[in-house]
Amino acid sequence: MRRTRTVCPFCGCGCSFYLLSEGDRVTGIEPSPLNPVNKGMLCVKGWNAHEFIHSPERLTTPLIRKHGSLVESTWDEALKVVADRFLDIKKQFGSRALAFLSSAKVTNEENYLFMKMARAAFGTNNVDHCARL
Amino acid sequence: MVGLAATFGSGAMTNSINDFDGADLFLVIGSNTTSQHPLIGSRIINAVKRGAKLLLIDPREIQLAEFADLHLRHDIGTDVAVLNGIMNVIIEEGLDDKEFVETRTEGFDQLKDVVSKYPPRVVEKISGINSHDLKKAALMYAKADKAMLVYAMGITQHTTGVDNVKTCANLAMLTGHLGRPSTGVNPLRGQNNVQGACDMGALPNVYSGYQPVTDLAVKKKFEDAWGVAALNDKVGLTIIDMMIAAQKGGLKALYVMGENPLMSDPDTSHIEHALSNLDFLVVQDIFLSETAAKADVVLPAASFAEKEGTYTNTERRVQISGKAISSPGLARPDWQIICELSTLAGYPMNYKSPVDIMKDINAVTPSYAGITYERLERGYGLQWPCINEDHPGTPYLHKDKFSKGKGTFIPCEFKPVVEMPDEEYDFMLTTGRIYYQYHTGTMTRRTSILDREAPAALVEINPEDAKKLGIKNNEIVELTSRRGSIKLKAEITKRVPQNVVFSTFHFHESPVNILTSPAYDPIAKIPEYKGCAVKVRRCA
Ligand code: SF4
Repeated sequence: MRRTRTVCPFCGCGCSFYLLSEGDRVTGIEPSPLNPVNKGMLCVKGWNAHEFIHSPERLTTPLIRKHGSLVESTWDEALKVVADRFLDIKKQFGSRALAFLSSAKVTNEENYLFMKMARAAFGTNNVDHCARL
Repeated sequence: MVGLAATFGSGAMTNSINDFDGADLFLVIGSNTTSQHPLIGSRIINAVKRGAKLLLIDPREIQLAEFADLHLRHDIGTDVAVLNGIMNVIIEEGLDDKEFVETRTEGFDQLKDVVSKYPPRVVEKISGINSHDLKKAALMYAKADKAMLVYAMGITQHTTGVDNVKTCANLAMLTGHLGRPSTGVNPLRGQNNVQGACDMGALPNVYSGYQPVTDLAVKKKFEDAWGVAALNDKVGLTIIDMMIAAQKGGLKALYVMGENPLMSDPDTSHIEHALSNLDFLVVQDIFLSETAAKADVVLPAASFAEKEGTYTNTERRVQISGKAISSPGLARPDWQIICELSTLAGYPMNYKSPVDIMKDINAVTPSYAGITYERLERGYGLQWPCINEDHPGTPYLHKDKFSKGKGTFIPCEFKPVVEMPDEEYDFMLTTGRIYYQYHTGTMTRRTSILDREAPAALVEINPEDAKKLGIKNNEIVELTSRRGSIKLKAEITKRVPQNVVFSTFHFHESPVNILTSPAYDPIAKIPEYKGCAVKVRRCA
């Protein structure tokens, strides 16, 4: 069994817990006793924070819309379509025709890279996230 | 965030979660803390049990009301009037902290002018709070030694959201409840990394660390650091402007990472139209959300358990989160997807791990300069500003001076909710979240125990109103606004005052945001979720 220190994904308190796992299966949660935020406690959302990870509804493959419906594809194909379409639209309408919505659920590093990509790779400041909401 | 940045120079929670244990008084306004931030809610309840006072300002009889020494149930959207009234009493009674005001702030005369227009009897007319209670509240807050003001989305999700926040800041400055442990103005962030997303510059006007895109020195710095010839120095579009631009046809392509705007945004049908008007929509997520189902390309992402990274909680604490398992199928961490895509688009990114990315962040973001993985692994997180590797982090802000030097009083006048009830749409609808669910439900609805405890959307109706409309508990009712209508189950409860109905936005079967108003705060561009006019009917 492995113990991995993580941060609860469900609210801004930032409670810390260990995910207990066997192979690629998360089997349980153990609050961090010494963390100054939660001091060994969690709320019901935190105690159940691992369940959705193994949902059968998880997306497991890139999808591309073809003839109206989303069909499975490879990473190479999907990323190429995204890059090409964004560059095309930029060429035709300028970078102001592109926009990027980041997330209050992903990591700091990912938010940083996302805004860096929007600004450095695509030349737009049309970057925001949904947490105004 | 915008409101606090204008008054103090920094938009974050001023104090820390551990400070809750040392406060003498809590003023909680617009935060259903036990439901939205359960662990902070318990800190408040524990503090009350050891003798701290709780002053609650909230239209609904939320769980914290049971523990409150005084609960002011003001009319929805009258927060500025109530807080101005409290300041009016404080100044009249000579209870303002004159030394703090003199040495640490500017603009007191303007504040005094504005709040002089809000004596208790005027506030009573606007908000429904009687003069006696208002005075009592003012004395409680002003006389406390260490008072923490706490707010959440009940304050920010109004067209007057920025005014509400500035007014909270005015009150804290007026009484000197700032710059010391267990005091301050403390916005509680909703989602787990809202603070981090803002800190990292996922905003149209700033790079990481709130460095403005319009500042030429900042632009130069990022051009050098990122190896780019010319960065754009015009402020970009906010999410609301993006949707408007998409509708009008100016915006052609949108990339959505880990969000579900089709459920979380106000006025859903508007957004649906905007999204279908795009030439190209990409959604990167862990589930096929309502928004992803409309996309041209969907990219499968890793969940928090499947990647390494840091998150910044509501008290500015940056914490590390490790990788426990590998992702299902072909799903990948968001950072890897971004690196590949950027490289394909002609701007190579060669980060080997989040540790590498953090080094970049340290180099260009002064408030994060000393926050390294090495330090985070050794301890329990670091609170920014943390300006170098020897800096211990900052448990409370504005100790001897504000981030911008002096704190500025920015007085605000009361403005009513934009869409007030009228004869036809005679109820005020207000929305919020409940304990067992989270945001648009993409994660929590897939967690069986959470879904069992609160499986369907409810609308809370006051017993008097229910009687008039002939509605019984658990009956299906129809709510109609100028934008659409939905059906849901009625819960008859005194938790809501008369003429107000309350519902949540977690359920795609009854998406409340079909009804809500797209009117938004002109500065922060936060939509008004907290009030719009509806009519309520019993379904035959
Ligand atoms: S355990 Fe509960 S209080 Fe703590 S972060 Fe998670 S949702 Fe928030």
